[in-house]
Amino acid sequence: MSDVLLSVKGLTRRFDVSKPWLNRVIEREDKQFLTANEDVSFEIRKGETFALVGESGSGKSTIAKMIVGLLEPSAGEIRFDGQVMDFNSGAAMRKLRRRFQMIFQDPFASLNPRWRVGDIIAEPIHTFGLLTGAAVRQEVGRLLDLVGLSAADAARFPHEFSGGQRQRIAIARALSSRPEFIVCDEPTSALDVSVQAQILNLMRDLQDEFGLTYLLISHDLSVVRHMANRIGVLYLGRLVEIADSKRLFVEPQHPYTRMLLDAVPDLALSGRRRTPVTGEIPNPINPPPGCAFHPRCPHVMDICRQIVPPPVTTVSGEAACHLLTEDEKRRASEPVA
Amino acid sequence: MATPLLSVRDLVVEFPTRRGVLRALDKISFDIAEGEVLGMVGESGAGKSLTGAAIIGLLEPPGRIAGGEIWLRGERIDNLPREKMRRIRGRRIGMVFQDPLTSLNPLYTVAQQLIETIRTHIDVSEKEARKRAVALLDRVGIPAAGRRIDDYPHHFSGGMRQRVVIALALAAEPELVIADEPTTALDVSVQAQIIDVLKEICAERGASVMLITHDMGVIAETADRVAVLYAGRLAEIGPVRDVIQAAEHPYTVGLMGSIPTLTQTAERLTQIPGAMPRLNAIPTGCAFNPRCTRVMDRCRVDRPDPAERPGGRQVACWLYDNAMESADE
Amino acid sequence: MADFTPENRPNALARAWDSDIAYSFRRSPLAIIAALVSLIIILAAVLAPWLAPHDPFNPASLNLMDGFTPPMEPNAFTGNVYWLGTDNQGRDVFSTILYGARISLFVGFMAVLFAMVLGITLGLIAGYRGGWVDSLLMRVADVQLTFPSILLALLIFGVARGFIPPAYREAMAIWVLIVAIGLSDWVQYARVVRGATMVEKNKEYVQAARVIGAHPAKILLRHILPNVMGPVLVIATIGLALAIIAEATLSFLGVGVPPTQPSLGTLIRIGQGFLFSGEWWILLFPSITLLALALSVNLLGDWLRDALNPRLR
Repeated sequence: MSDVLLSVKGLTRRFDVSKPWLNRVIEREDKQFLTANEDVSFEIRKGETFALVGESGSGKSTIAKMIVGLLEPSAGEIRFDGQVMDFNSGAAMRKLRRRFQMIFQDPFASLNPRWRVGDIIAEPIHTFGLLTGAAVRQEVGRLLDLVGLSAADAARFPHEFSGGQRQRIAIARALSSRPEFIVCDEPTSALDVSVQAQILNLMRDLQDEFGLTYLLISHDLSVVRHMANRIGVLYLGRLVEIADSKRLFVEPQHPYTRMLLDAVPDLALSGRRRTPVTGEIPNPINPPPGCAFHPRCPHVMDICRQIVPPPVTTVSGEAACHLLTEDEKRRASEPVA
Repeated sequence: MATPLLSVRDLVVEFPTRRGVLRALDKISFDIAEGEVLGMVGESGAGKSLTGAAIIGLLEPPGRIAGGEIWLRGERIDNLPREKMRRIRGRRIGMVFQDPLTSLNPLYTVAQQLIETIRTHIDVSEKEARKRAVALLDRVGIPAAGRRIDDYPHHFSGGMRQRVVIALALAAEPELVIADEPTTALDVSVQAQIIDVLKEICAERGASVMLITHDMGVIAETADRVAVLYAGRLAEIGPVRDVIQAAEHPYTVGLMGSIPTLTQTAERLTQIPGAMPRLNAIPTGCAFNPRCTRVMDRCRVDRPDPAERPGGRQVACWLYDNAMESADE
Repeated sequence: MADFTPENRPNALARAWDSDIAYSFRRSPLAIIAALVSLIIILAAVLAPWLAPHDPFNPASLNLMDGFTPPMEPNAFTGNVYWLGTDNQGRDVFSTILYGARISLFVGFMAVLFAMVLGITLGLIAGYRGGWVDSLLMRVADVQLTFPSILLALLIFGVARGFIPPAYREAMAIWVLIVAIGLSDWVQYARVVRGATMVEKNKEYVQAARVIGAHPAKILLRHILPNVMGPVLVIATIGLALAIIAEATLSFLGVGVPPTQPSLGTLIRIGQGFLFSGEWWILLFPSITLLALALSVNLLGDWLRDALNPRLR
């Protein structure tokens, strides 16, 4: 497929969370690993917003970090526009790096407090050697203008701005290398709702204007619903469902997706009936065998406790649940009349 | 009308700084009725947590109450000596904070903390206190409460810890529970459970709740009435359904429009231009006037006070000025 | 790099006066006094050749007859009056103090600079790289911390003298002293910088720089270093006081600067020989100067630490 910009195949990341060597020897413990992601595969098409949702421990930020090269995958492959991303090959990566950018969660930490806003925004321009001299200044002014600030703000320091304004600065910086793809890691979760609306609207406008492709990482289903074309739902490091955004909310396929939707507070006071949510996310160091969701699942079967369900195609995308696998088998075994 | 459980009148909280005195709360007035859940929303810096801290007498210095009165069941509590206030905290007003770890002492077991709280405020034997503690933990949904009560706080997960904190807040059977962002640090699926527990258990015991949060969804699920704060002032207060479905103050209208929901269909979110002013730069007149879409000349000069509206609502906005409406007639 | 410094910004002095640090300084009488005392001593030391009434190290200008003149009293033989008296060789004590403080401060500043550069470099590398590099550097630091630093300085001093040909010993002594004190002092800079680096490197602005593939050296110098300098300045200030005392101690023990270039420590060593014979001033005045200098620099450091730590405010 030519319209795929980013494809991720079998992405796995394990963290060594063992105690120091000496402690292990004395306490006779084995090495311990935390599996943040296991066998995650998805594709992002050009111009779309693909969202990854999940609660804490779902490994959504780990995926974001692997895609932009902040973390090395333990296994699996990431392809950007058909090219395998190998962050250890400097020269090839330099060209690729310019084409993707990242926006972070905390606008109070993502801007160096000792740098002027202009220098922060210009850093990618200098690093990739895109412009020099007075042109840089002009470009920074244009970018600031683009995100709703003024060119004069380039001379100020980050602490002079509010959270929303800082996130605008972060966006201007991300745009300065003229990327095609932006990873947005919880871009509004540190902001107040009225400011969140400004930032989300801005992100959409920029997407329309420049044909950007977004990977949106979020824990907030309403934000994801508002922004994304397609959504991947993560639970304990695995993708349990990928679906078209509109349909995911109407006909969730995986029991976890359903539970997640039921947990969202009902702001419309529609009085929709909801199944009460039960249980908590297990410790990712020691996840349950089989389907990780089985201890909380209302439809749990024997097979769920033993075997990790493979993804199957659904009406709206794909999902990994034995219930769906059973359905499919049944359909396949039905004699064709 | 019966005396409300809690009555806050013209509360002013100030912070003296080197560049002058900052007014963080400016003449806030509201009541909480017996058994009522009052939600308090606002953006960060609007003063919602400060209101809670002022009520329980835990303002961080140099912050101080510079005016107004706080009454708890007809007794004035804003000027009580430290020692007396401490008796009220815990016994008559329970507290639940955002981070469960700040409310629990890591060095003591849950049993020790619960029993101590119960026995400080209620005259019962150690054995009876333990029995009550186990029942309480069971009630807030800790599985195997009888066994887990002897665990330390770090043995519990985030959601379970917040349940323990709720149990602790309710241990002395308070009349009012102030919950400051009780679910902000939790995942959605856990948040829903905690809200349910808090709501149910307070209803059972007839405790009123002041629920401070930035999350309108949580308010919608939990509160009877909601107060909307903006820049240290009360913008609007009224029954939750009315405020959410038919907000009157332009700020509330903008706020509601800016929240993406699971049912909305709009392509763009309504956005309020600009940001809430810093405390040292609150405009004259209505604090919201520079961002307001319906601003009038008067808004830039005179500050509107909350005025009574039909349905037990109050709105601080010149759009709803009775005097002007009647003059028009 | 494009320069985004605004053209018509308020002048530096006005901005500095308005800053939080300056405000905290103006409200702390102790800090003001400490700063004044340090400043006076430092200025006096720097301007010694112009301020000192005599050149105590020019044998031609000395008159042995002037020896042991008490302060403010005319000499029994020559009738000369000296403010703070003279020592056994007839050197004006006031002048020797000015020149002594000059040497003490020079050694102190240079030793701190040396320790700072070494400590910051190693701390940045250890904190950013982590892993075995970090383990190795920190274990070396741990081992070094088990020796008293003055002992270490003595050792380094002794070893260095073994390597330097006798002809250069005198001239090199002061540099050996600086390296000895600096080497015994780098550990605390390294530790603080390493800790702060480990915090900073996980902040999102550093990750943002890594995403665009910025060179690690650039990340360390341009991003992390400016953000870890706060605590370093505090240690450096207190370290200056300690380095001056270390230098004095070494000189007092006779292993420091040669007597031809006496520092405050050397003066105290010379003076203590005359205490019991009644010439108290030869000991007392250099001691007071050393005490005032070390104490006021230390107080400044304490104030700076509190002013930079918002939690204490």
